[in-house]
Order: sequence, then structure tokens, then C-alpha cells
Amino acid sequence: MTVASTRRTAPRKTVQTMIYHAIMLMISCVFLLPFYWMTISAFKNNAEIFARPVMWFPDPIRWSNFVELFSRDDFPFLIQFGNSVFYAGSVALAVCFSCSLAAYSFGCLRWRWRDRVFGLTVCALLLPAIVTFLPVYLGWSRLGLNGTYWPLITPFLFGDAFFIFMLRQFYMGIPRELLDAARLDGASEFRIWWQIALPQVWTALVIVGLFAVVYTWNEFFNPLIYLQDREDFPLSVGLFTFQADRAREWSISMTGALLTALPMVVLFLLTQRLFRQGLASSSLK
Amino acid sequence: MGLSAQHNKAGAVLPPRRLARAGRGEARAGFLFALPWMVGLTIFTIVPLLLTFYIAQTKFQIVGPPKYVGFANYEAMWTDPAVWTSAGNTMFFAAVSVPIKLVMALGLALLLNRIAALSGFYRTVFYLPFLMPAVAGSIVFMLLLTPDAGPVNIALEALGFNPPDWLLDPKAALWTIILLSLWPLGVETLVFLGGLQNIPKDVSEAADLDSPRGWHKLLWITIPMISPMILFNLVIGIIYSFQIFTQALVVGGTTGKPAEATLMYVVVLYRTAFRYFNVGYAAAMATVLFVGVLLLTLLIFRTARSWVHYEGESR
Repeated sequence: MTVASTRRTAPRKTVQTMIYHAIMLMISCVFLLPFYWMTISAFKNNAEIFARPVMWFPDPIRWSNFVELFSRDDFPFLIQFGNSVFYAGSVALAVCFSCSLAAYSFGCLRWRWRDRVFGLTVCALLLPAIVTFLPVYLGWSRLGLNGTYWPLITPFLFGDAFFIFMLRQFYMGIPRELLDAARLDGASEFRIWWQIALPQVWTALVIVGLFAVVYTWNEFFNPLIYLQDREDFPLSVGLFTFQADRAREWSISMTGALLTALPMVVLFLLTQRLFRQGLASSSLK
Repeated sequence: MGLSAQHNKAGAVLPPRRLARAGRGEARAGFLFALPWMVGLTIFTIVPLLLTFYIAQTKFQIVGPPKYVGFANYEAMWTDPAVWTSAGNTMFFAAVSVPIKLVMALGLALLLNRIAALSGFYRTVFYLPFLMPAVAGSIVFMLLLTPDAGPVNIALEALGFNPPDWLLDPKAALWTIILLSLWPLGVETLVFLGGLQNIPKDVSEAADLDSPRGWHKLLWITIPMISPMILFNLVIGIIYSFQIFTQALVVGGTTGKPAEATLMYVVVLYRTAFRYFNVGYAAAMATVLFVGVLLLTLLIFRTARSWVHYEGESR
């Protein structure tokens, strides 16, 4: 792999590279097959999905599945799509706000109980969510807020162990001299955070927000338990209940699955570029 | 450690009295900035954890007050076949899927670590399944693996294999869930890849010179160098696989179709609490899960001392 060996064994290297790409492409095909099958099934009817020989391309392309999906009463897709956008957006905003406070405290400030509280935070990260779930559920039902999005969003206004942990890593990269210099100039601690620390980690905040969106979009357990009405469900639960009730209508299930997954895939493909830009601009400084 | 010593020195540019004042202000700010999170941690984690331990010792059906019954719920669990079946399935799932997933992710990371054209494309491909909602992914697998008419079985038959009935066969169903859980391994792969790219060039090249055999290097250089990432992926993988819920519920419903083969522990917990409204019993199940995961995590960390190498140690 060194420069010298590259020169010596150039022809062998070419063969190696070809084998390498052959292997990687094969693995890629296996990984992409579910995506591909989901996509083409969204454009077929049931008979064509199970046709023999296998139809590797939909013929004819049935856009009618999408029309049917948008007009069904037992799968109010557009309403549930809106719910998912609301749910994921709220959680992302809440997380960006609350975690940027706590992570700054753990990453940049020195105070007495800091390491113990952070230790507890790491423990909370490893704690299975189901262990604390029942009392929290009972508390929300005592408040009469089951069936709303309050139980799903409120906890994130206080913070989330995983995202605090993640953001802290970025805050720790801020040189202490920078903050001390501001202290010397008499800036208040709040201003130091707002005007000096926060601008240093804004890329990380975007990344945290994106992770939160993906995580919430795919979240299943909490909305399944807290929400009861079809019109309130986010897409993950809506898709589940539709599939559980109408197990035979594969083409509509696949259309729904495709349109549930697609926003996250598009978001990821778009922001991959942003990630790289963010990394590039921070390394230029 | 080296960094914080530097910071201390830099802090000394302030005169002592102003430094003390700034330190006090900083301490107060540190507490205040962390306060919302500490409140949240108390309300949503610490207090509920303690309440779970308490509810586990009561008979509690949501309506009406909880009645203290001591360890009756745990005793009932001991003789409950659903608990044993689901615990067995879950442990089997964790014990099989986590090691396979880690090996596959490490293999992919090693392949991705070669500097080559298209590496960005491959990375994207392996990361994509992680973005797929678990519900959607499970449904697609159910369709792909439909016996007789699904494309996977048609392809396997064409190749001369005798394909299993996957999710319809009680013997194969749990393996199918394992297969399903292996698909989103992008995060593990990226964690390993990050570790591989942090291996210093000189170490890697010295190993190439010392031993021409690739697997020597893998065993004695690469794996020890990324052992912290292996530990991380192992602990997270074990903790999460013990909580497997979504895939199991989509595939097997609350009864673990077929024949309880896909019945998982958290699914039983879920149906106990939210179908049968037996919250006390569910809390006892949650407590047992907590203790089990805790012991297992401690065990892994204990053994980790002998096989995880952090970079600072050897110097």
C-alpha cells in the first residue's frame, strides 16, 4: 500500500482494484435490494408484485397507487405526513436549544458537581428507555395529556443524554483561552456562550438537529403508546397500523413505505454535502 | 489531561483576585446552564426509575390505587412461560445478531478504508438502511421474503437452493429477524471506519514491513488499535438488541407469530402493560430487564480491561 509497492506491482494493483470494486458493488446491490424492491413495488399492483418470472421493472408504471394512497380514509397519509414533520421539527428545535445549554456547561465550564452530573448523564444514555417508561406514562395520563404530542416533545425541552454527549465533544474543542479572554474583557457568562461559544459549534448544532429529525421521524414506540387516533399518528405508526389491518394490500403498503423513507433519504443526500462543507470550512480556519 | 494542564496555565494570565471572581461566576453559570437538564434528568429518568422499582412490588391495573404485594410479581414471572420464551428469544437474538453485525461492520469498514474511487458512494449505500424507518424496513423484508412468491425465494430456487419459509416457519423466523437487524449496520461501520482512519500511518506502514501477511496486521495491529470502537459498538449493540421491539411487533404482532418464535421480551412487556393493563407486572419485567442489562454491561466493561487498549496507555 506504500508508494514504493504501488510502483513495483502496478498491473497486479489494477486487478486487485477491479476485484475490490466487484466485491463492493455486489455488497452494495444486496444492501440496495430492499430499497429497489420497495420502489418498484410502489409502481405495481399486487399481481405484478408476486408475478413469476420476477418483474424487475414495473410495466406499466402505476402512478395510481399514489393517487389511491392520498385518498384513503384508513391511511390518511398527508395528515400523518404533516404530523411527522411537526413532531420531528419540534423535537429537533427543542433538542438544539436545550442540549446546547447543557453540553456547554459540561464541555466548557468548571463547576463543582459537573463530572458527577455528567457521569449520571452517561448512565442515563445506557439505561434502556422502557425501564423508566411506565411511571412517565402514568404521570402523563394523570395530567390528561395522553393522546397529544405533549408527552412526545416536552422531555426534549429539558435535553437528551445522547445529543448532550455528542455536542459536548464539539464544545470541548473550543480553546479555553478564547473564553478566558472574553471573561477578562468583562463579558457576562451568558454573552460568552451566546456570542463566542455557540458560533463555534453551529455546524455541530445542525448535525445534532439532523440526527434528531431522523431519530424522531423513525420513532415508533412512544407515539404508538401515547397516540390513539389515526389522524394524530406520525407516519411510522400510521404505516404500521395500515399494514397490520390490510396485510394483503402490498402495493399501497409499499407506496406508503417509500414515501415514509424518501424524505429522510433525500435529507441525508442533501446534507451529506453540507457535512463536507462544514468540515472543510472549519479546517480552513 | 495534557490539554487541561495547558488551560490552567493560560488561565493564570488573570490576576488572582479577578481569577477567583471569574471562577465563581463560571461555577454559577455552569450550574445554571446545566439546570434544565438536571431537572429533566430528575423528572424523566431518576424519579421514574425509582418509581418503577416501587410499582414492580404492587398490583396495579391503572384504574384504582396500587396495592403492595411484595415480590409476588417476580414470583409470577418465574412461572410465566411467555416471560421465559421471550427472554430466551431475546437473548438468542442479542447473542447472535450483535457479533455477526460487528464482524460484518468491521469487514465493510476495512473495505471502505482503502482509498479508492467510489468510496463516497459505497459509504452512502451502507449508511442508507439506517435512515429507513424500522417499520418500513420490516414491511419491505416481509415482502421480499414471502415464501414461494417473494423475489428472494424465487431467486434462490432458480439457483437450485431449497429456500426456507422465513417468517412463516417457526424454526426460521427468529433467524429472519436477525437477518433483518443486520441490514442497518451503517452506524457501526462508520464508527469502525473512524477508528481505522485514526490509526497513525507510521504504525500501519511499520506493520506492513514487519509482516507481509495481511491477517497478522489485522489481528495484532488493527483490532487492538480500534478496540475502543469495538467496545463501544458491543455495549450499545447489546443494550439495544435487548430492547428489540419494532421489528418484532411488525413481523409477529403481540403474540410473536409464528408460534411465539419471534416473541420478544419488550413485546411481552408492552402487551402486559398496554393490552392487559397489568402495570405492576410490567414494571417487574422492566426491573428484571434493567438488572440484566446492567449486569451484562458491567461484565463487558470488566472484561474490557484485558482487551481494550487506549492509545495513551502503551506509552
